[in-house]
Amino acid sequence: MSRVRVLVGTRKGAFILTSDGKRQKWDVSGPHFAGWEMFHVKGSPVDPNRLYASQSSSWFGQTMQRSDDGGQTWSTVGNKFVYDGIPGTHQWYDGTQHPWEFARVWHLEPSLTDPDTVYAGVEDAALFRSTDGGQNWEELSGLRKHTTGPSWQPGAGGLCLHTIVLDPTNPQRIYIAISAAGAFRTDDGGVTWKPINRGLRSEYIPNPTAEVGHCVHRIAMHPSRPGVLFMQKHWDVMRSDDAGDNWREVSGNLPTDFGFPIDVHAHEPETIYVVPIKSDAEHFPLEGKLRVYRSRTGGNEWEALTNGLPQSDCYVNVLRNAMCTDRLDSCGIYFGTTGGQVYCSPDAGDSWTPIVRDLPAVLSVEAQTLP
Amino acid sequence: MIRVQLPTPLRLLASASAEIELDVAPPVTQRRVLDALEARFPTLRGTIRDQVTGRRRAFVRFFACETDLSLKSPDDLLPERVISGAEPFVIIGALAGG
Repeated sequence: MSRVRVLVGTRKGAFILTSDGKRQKWDVSGPHFAGWEMFHVKGSPVDPNRLYASQSSSWFGQTMQRSDDGGQTWSTVGNKFVYDGIPGTHQWYDGTQHPWEFARVWHLEPSLTDPDTVYAGVEDAALFRSTDGGQNWEELSGLRKHTTGPSWQPGAGGLCLHTIVLDPTNPQRIYIAISAAGAFRTDDGGVTWKPINRGLRSEYIPNPTAEVGHCVHRIAMHPSRPGVLFMQKHWDVMRSDDAGDNWREVSGNLPTDFGFPIDVHAHEPETIYVVPIKSDAEHFPLEGKLRVYRSRTGGNEWEALTNGLPQSDCYVNVLRNAMCTDRLDSCGIYFGTTGGQVYCSPDAGDSWTPIVRDLPAVLSVEAQTLP
Repeated sequence: MIRVQLPTPLRLLASASAEIELDVAPPVTQRRVLDALEARFPTLRGTIRDQVTGRRRAFVRFFACETDLSLKSPDDLLPERVISGAEPFVIIGALAGG
């Protein structure tokens, strides 16, 4: 029977949760790297025992970790992230220009074909790649050097490249998202990039339909339909059917269309999940009820999933990297909260159970389906 | 022999003991001590000072002989009692939030 390994990054360490395919009984290991912010932990789809982890600290900066045995042991790998050339400036909160400064790695995306190749999305926004298992990092600087780069402005969490989506049918195509610049796509392996934000409307920027400046929170894709993208924006849930060239809103009957994560069912490319949050000022569920919303129609028509989730006095948040799916026949959905709970639904969202309740604030959740 | 004390997070990261003894050829400066420390424990590169600029990280401080050396030039000689091994060169994480 297949097994599941869930990699959890928190404010104060990483945890690894494992279960058999029933997903009822869980073993918890951790904290790994106790006391450090673990922004993201993710495994290679080629070699599931190859894990990469972003380890960060306000005191001691960025460190990178790699495991070759599924998280039992770890090795420190390269942490030298140097912008290509003279970094230049981007826009600061007050509209002045500010030098590009590396702060941390938000997102790690291992290659779909090579366990030694991994992409890193960093703050201040840039995309790096390692082809030697994380020892050395090289910037794909065509993104940061895009003509719009000097106009990119940080969101409240910083100018972070937080989403990397690889096209399984076209190794030259990569999607990324930056808060608060927007979404970008390369069709030549990262040499050149184009903003893909047409159709987004953001009332909080001077030109609501500008080419860049949108606070995209997360993009998701189903591997069987790489041209169809779903987006949770600062406000609005969006959909594109042409690889991001055009977007349309699919918020439909959601009670609020603010939120952070979005993901797609492993076997139903039109079934998507979001966690509505009250507002940008109040980062907690509406009415104190923690509800995942599911659309089986690719958006617009949403149903609340509440079975097993707290329906009163719940004021946690679910961050952008903190929801994922496994690939078992009955698709499992997972999400972690800033209150330290990691919930699992082994039945595609119909019912939920907390795997753990009292971890530090959860930053990221990634599931691996193991043989 | 130069004695260096690490804060707990860096000690755990480097799998090092709380106090490390390093051979540092004269002149014994902050920069040369950190060079020797990072050569022995490569995992510490970038955690105490920036790998490109060499600047001390903002929330890391250096103390020795009951004196804050954090703002001294990295090329100043360290106190004689550090050079003689009588006192350790202490690296700490600043008491700041978290």
